[in-house]
Amino acid sequence: MDVLWESRQMLLAAFGQTISLLIVAGLGALALGTLLGAFRVSAVPALRAVGTAYVTVFRNTPLLVVFLLIYFGLPELGIRPPQFWLASLALFLYTSAFVCEAVRSGVNAVDSGQAEAARSVGMGFGQSLRLIVLPQAFRAVIPPLASVFIALAKNTSLVAGFGIADATYRMRGLINNNPGDVYAIFVGVALGYVLIVAVISLAARGLERQLEVAR
Amino acid sequence: MSLNRTKALAVVAASTLVLAACGDAGGGGSSEGGADVTVEEDAKFPEGSTMAELADAGKVTIGVKFDQPGIGFKSAAADVPTGFDIEMGKIVAGALGIKEDSITWEETISDNREPFLQEGKVDLVIASYSMTPDRQKVVGQAGPYYVTGQQLLVSKGGDIQGPEDVKGKEVCSVSGSTSIETIEKEYGATARGFGTYSECVQQVLNGSFDAMTTDGAILLGYAAENPDELEVVGEAFSEERYGIGYQDPKDTEMCEFLVETIEKSYEDGTWKQGFDATLGQAGVDAPKPPKPDACK
Amino acid sequence: MSSVLFDVPGPEGLRRQRRASVITIVVLVLLAALTLYKLQTEGQLDGELWEPFVTPIYIQALLEAALTTLQVAVVAIALSVLFGALFASGRLSDHAWLRWPATVVVEFFRAVPVLMMILAISLIYSEVIGKFWSLVIGLTLYNGSVLAEVFRAGINAVPRGQLEASYALGLRKGQVMQLILLPQAVKIMLPAIISQSVVTLKDTSLGYVIPYEELTNVGRAISIEFTNILPVAIVLAAMFIAVNYSLSRFATWLEQRMGRATGSQAELNVGA
Repeated sequence: MDVLWESRQMLLAAFGQTISLLIVAGLGALALGTLLGAFRVSAVPALRAVGTAYVTVFRNTPLLVVFLLIYFGLPELGIRPPQFWLASLALFLYTSAFVCEAVRSGVNAVDSGQAEAARSVGMGFGQSLRLIVLPQAFRAVIPPLASVFIALAKNTSLVAGFGIADATYRMRGLINNNPGDVYAIFVGVALGYVLIVAVISLAARGLERQLEVAR
Repeated sequence: MSLNRTKALAVVAASTLVLAACGDAGGGGSSEGGADVTVEEDAKFPEGSTMAELADAGKVTIGVKFDQPGIGFKSAAADVPTGFDIEMGKIVAGALGIKEDSITWEETISDNREPFLQEGKVDLVIASYSMTPDRQKVVGQAGPYYVTGQQLLVSKGGDIQGPEDVKGKEVCSVSGSTSIETIEKEYGATARGFGTYSECVQQVLNGSFDAMTTDGAILLGYAAENPDELEVVGEAFSEERYGIGYQDPKDTEMCEFLVETIEKSYEDGTWKQGFDATLGQAGVDAPKPPKPDACK
Repeated sequence: MSSVLFDVPGPEGLRRQRRASVITIVVLVLLAALTLYKLQTEGQLDGELWEPFVTPIYIQALLEAALTTLQVAVVAIALSVLFGALFASGRLSDHAWLRWPATVVVEFFRAVPVLMMILAISLIYSEVIGKFWSLVIGLTLYNGSVLAEVFRAGINAVPRGQLEASYALGLRKGQVMQLILLPQAVKIMLPAIISQSVVTLKDTSLGYVIPYEELTNVGRAISIEFTNILPVAIVLAAMFIAVNYSLSRFATWLEQRMGRATGSQAELNVGA
């Protein structure tokens, strides 16, 4: 147990990395995911195809393989960002596919009467989406989005195999140097993740309650 | 609709078979040569000692690396691993009266070495296992049977010519190895730990990293594969003493047995044979074998 | 719903759409060509890097590993469904002594990264149960917990009338759950279950920490021998996409056969 206390600064920094990755990749995924969602419901067949192809590739490939593709594919194309951004990129591209699906399910949950009304009032595709559908979809979208973010928080643990000193990476280092304290170290780091996930869940539930509409 | 799909499947299957006849990559990892191990016919050990147990059982499980060419590597196409550690394993097993085919090779990645010994999942660990006082608090280590040092692998003709040049730079290494701490603490570089050595080599080749660091023995193999693009630079700046791991740190009998076996392999030439067949293939001569530590 | 967002396009609309499509396609083709060109110059398209994939022994190794991966996945999925059904009932139980432990278990296993769980189980128990089961149990605990939540949502989604009718007939709570609610919940939640199965299949890659010889691990061994990480990654991606995509198509087919279009509700658990 003392091991954890002694390394607390290092572990806090490591969880800091986890949270930074979560925020950077998460925000990016929200943006790209929503855009892809819009692609998938758009009128232009080519855009629909792009959206579907993207989601098919990234939803069906293991994150580990995505990491390999990014880390060893991009440099071949001359793109060599700093390590943190490579990791964020892999997480961001992967999670966007799931955000897209969550957004799409949220959009489908909105009563089609709303969209029909918007159209009959004369709004275009972009306007109906932006002003009527998406704001209402927002509330329906929170539970699946929370799921996606929780998954992202845990997926960050993969960066341990790709050079980023996050919580899982430090955990392995601690276990190596203190082979007698394996169990204590595990539980300590696991609790850290549980805490992050709990915060996300609570935030989501709070947001949902705030947006509660009397139906 | 289904007829078209069946036809498509048939085409794919046929083309795969045709293509399959075309490739002949790799060599399957068969070891040419290797140590000429004599299996002890009448190995006698003290009653109740670990060695007696293993000899009676007639089989032994040895933990090795599967991802370090030259030291412990198992090709996807092979059934058993090959490498210098494997040769040492065969020598030790021979001294126990156990034949090569009765050895079970278990993959022990760096993090698993102590846990596997403690759990009894493996009887011995011969996996580029550096001897350190911390590790010897929990498991036993006998040796060293090979001494190497940390070095750097860089792109040929680059700025980095030694460990002093990496200050403030990012260096690639493998998670769980002692190399990471050394390069950070003593030379002020930022170490990035990846899963396998080949991932680091690839990233030095494609420019993501200026250098990678680990035991010189491993680096030489990779440099040998890409002599125009890679080179090993600098003197060894740490000492990695590879030892054989066993379960109980207080098992002096086991320690003495292992030390005896190691010294015997120096004398009868099996150590050199093992080296030449594995690490020696990179073009290095077998170094002078190190003197094993006395057992406590 | 998405089809309501725009009218059937008239001639001007069609022209605009076609222009947008053409521009998109041109951009994509340019990107693809550029990528292939750069890969070629970096030597990533060289024959020797791709040769292992047409060599029989390596193809065999890959296919055997794929089979192992499927075995792990199938067993893990089956067990997860059982685990999920069990703990969903637990969470919905009227008895607090059943409800609280079930909730704690599910929330805990949902929160801990699967990677850590697999590692922990294998380190502590693999002597007794072996690597296959360490991986399977780690996967089951996580995916089972996610499925528990899915089933809970599904059970709550079964029309209230069903519940009321079963009580009116005099069925006990346990029987109601077993005979009426769970079967219907499973039907409603089938897409989510399949989607979670895809996740399970992908998570088998995490077996590399044990280490377990599944597909990604064998891919790594090949990449060490031939220093061809990018080609290996591409081939692995293709294999996984092929299997997972077929799985999802199977789900859609299954849904259609069962007659129920339950699109939106079932998309509750899209987490990765």
